Amino acid sequence: MTINKVVNGKDLIISLAGRLDTTTAPQLDDELKGGLDGVEKLEFDFTDLEYISSAGLRVLLSAQKTMNKQGSMVIKNVSEEINEIFEVTGFVDILTIE
Amino acid sequence: MKEIVLDAKVDNLPQVLSFVDEELEKAECSMKGMMQIDVAVEEIFVNVASYAYEGKEGNCKIEVDADPGNQYVTITFTDEGIPYNPLAKEDPDVTLSAEEREIGGLGIFIVKKSMDKTAYERKDNKNIFSMGYSWA
Repeated sequence: MTINKVVNGKDLIISLAGRLDTTTAPQLDDELKGGLDGVEKLEFDFTDLEYISSAGLRVLLSAQKTMNKQGSMVIKNVSEEINEIFEVTGFVDILTIE
Repeated sequence: MKEIVLDAKVDNLPQVLSFVDEELEKAECSMKGMMQIDVAVEEIFVNVASYAYEGKEGNCKIEVDADPGNQYVTITFTDEGIPYNPLAKEDPDVTLSAEEREIGGLGIFIVKKSMDKTAYERKDNKNIFSMGYSWA
């Protein structure tokens, strides 16, 4: 998985490519720990994300909890397959998917 | 039917998934099916790797029985670890808000929801977990 970050003032855009699974989720978790200080708008771009497992969902949930306290979080360009996982788990109601 | 026996270690996850995907591709499983099956396989294998042997070394056998004609696959996981029935775990409440949601407990729930059939059996000191999926 590759993680691409673009910072613009208090906005942070994170683009993920590849697979967000048990082996790669800790990478994203590390990026987000401390990396969200001062961020008011967090945007994930999932255009090139092929796969997500519950390990990835856990990282997203934790990011959402952080952002609920300090701003907002949106996820863009979610594939049909990944959206299905969000639906099954009720994450469609927790996350803001655009 | 094809099978693979591996050390029950999270590091072996990519190998497990490529083995399963190869069989699914041969059976011409749908893309959506492969994704849902991969997620389920990951949850079950990682569970076995993390808990079955309580930190000691052990094996996990994975059997893939794909039937292209009926567009159905059965995947079976066998380990010789401590008795553990993942299906006995209570489902998380998926209607709660982010604040109320727990970080864990989602994996097996995804498996139950996305697979057409799940079963657990304890036999000859082995945990045998199987799941079936139809992409018809």
